[in-house]
Amino acid sequence: MSLKSGEIKRLIKEAMPDAEIIIQDLAGDENHYSATIKSKVFNGKSKIEQHKIVYKSLKGKMGNELHALSINTMEV
Amino acid sequence: MNENTKEKISELIEKNDVCLFMKGTPDVPQCGFSLAISNVLKHLGVSFKGVNVLENNDIREGIKTFSDWPTIPQLFIKKEFIGGCDIVKEMFEKKELQAKLSEKKIPYKN
Repeated sequence: MSLKSGEIKRLIKEAMPDAEIIIQDLAGDENHYSATIKSKVFNGKSKIEQHKIVYKSLKGKMGNELHALSINTMEV
Repeated sequence: MNENTKEKISELIEKNDVCLFMKGTPDVPQCGFSLAISNVLKHLGVSFKGVNVLENNDIREGIKTFSDWPTIPQLFIKKEFIGGCDIVKEMFEKKELQAKLSEKKIPYKN
């Protein structure tokens, strides 16, 4: 089970077209990533809500195909 | 999630002021993210209950529905869902976690 970083980026971009996204493959195994995402979609929302938006954009892949994604969200 | 599992989860977060749903135990965490939160809590000297989801698949799946959050670990303080590893680490660094503990009257050391 793995997911390419380009696919992660594409899914997030689809849900948040304005997002600036940096994906890092932490272990080089296509299974442990970190994502830094900057979007106005996050403005005024709690961290929990912001992370939920990211999880939703990944359409159920989080915790399944994608084992580990460290998320860092930023408001614009 | 069946009612039984939901009740079990509710009971766990009601009985334990600080409750961490994790992979492994506080002594032997089996996932880096679980280890990270466990270490933050230990560093703050907070006494907490670690619930090893690897021992109970109903809870492992149920907790994700319960808090509408797809990953484990998950931290609860006085029944409030605080977040997963990234959020807890960030809150700790910004001293927001310490503020939350004070607000909820949970003893910790700085």
